[in-house]
Amino acid sequence: MLELVTTKLEDVANWGRKFSLFSYPFVTACCGMEFMSVAAPKYDIARFGAEFPRFSPRQSDLLMIVGTITEKQGPALRRVYDQMAEPKWVIAFGVCASTGGFYQNYHAMPGADQVVPVDVYIPGCPPRPEQVLDAIMLLMERVQRKDGHSQLRLKREKIVLEQQRALDDD
Amino acid sequence: MSQRVLDALKAKFGDAIVATESQHGDEVAVVKRDKLKDVATWLRDDKAMAFDTPVFVTCIDLLDWRPVKAPGKPSSTRPEWDGVAPRFEVCWQLRSLAHRHRVRLKVALAENDVKVPSLTPLWSGFEWQERETFDMYGIEFVGHHDLRRIYLYDEFVGYPLRKDYPKEKRQPLVRRPDLVGDH
Repeated sequence: MLELVTTKLEDVANWGRKFSLFSYPFVTACCGMEFMSVAAPKYDIARFGAEFPRFSPRQSDLLMIVGTITEKQGPALRRVYDQMAEPKWVIAFGVCASTGGFYQNYHAMPGADQVVPVDVYIPGCPPRPEQVLDAIMLLMERVQRKDGHSQLRLKREKIVLEQQRALDDD
Repeated sequence: MSQRVLDALKAKFGDAIVATESQHGDEVAVVKRDKLKDVATWLRDDKAMAFDTPVFVTCIDLLDWRPVKAPGKPSSTRPEWDGVAPRFEVCWQLRSLAHRHRVRLKVALAENDVKVPSLTPLWSGFEWQERETFDMYGIEFVGHHDLRRIYLYDEFVGYPLRKDYPKEKRQPLVRRPDLVGDH
């Protein structure tokens, strides 16, 4: 009975989380224009409850990496990600944040996932607002499933379980 | 356009001006390295020249130089001054707002000797651009008061805009600890 109540509680919490994603916009390049357009009334991510950018990593649970990440920015990005409280999710917005895009040189990082784990990648240079909305919907599904690459707590639980199992086998 | 600047330079400095050329309305004077400071000081202070505005500093790496073939034109020859084919050319573009003329000073450098006098003491607007040229090409500006990297991080080894820097070589500061075997 207790198990049933706690899982249902978790579901309710995830339902709440998915409709109130507070994003931290890590905006570095031209994709920022498209991000503004998505946030503005015409495309309006407020319909998905994700309209409120928090410029403090402590208060946000969605890291939006918008634009090219250079090797020099790597430590700053990692620090912002580390400062965010769990549960947290990451979206790579645009082809530069996803793969490095057309940069293949000394300064551009080949995708922000070299430094932080990414849940949803949005292609496009820059992506259409519809693609961004699609990505947010995809992410909402993951939030409801309690899923995500960046969920360190879940990973830790999994590791502990595996260790427990290995001990039991012995 | 500013041919009279080149003529005046040649009349005043003679041998110190190694070569001159004019292309698309841009006048270029190749100057001997040890005379650069004198030439630049004169260009700034002379009433008839009065170059008051620094426009840009940059460098050209001639490592992969090949002749340009255009129909109906003689193929270009590799620049060669004092019997040495230079690896680098450092350029300073100057402009006079008073007389509305401009000129580009060039200094040719061999590969193993990349020291060049800094023009920052004359035009302080060159400060950051000379730092950038140092950052990207490793040109050492003697007399610059604060010559250190401006864009790249201190851990970076080498000079990325040199033609012999590997195109895809990256020097990461951080990588994910869990990147291997995660997904």
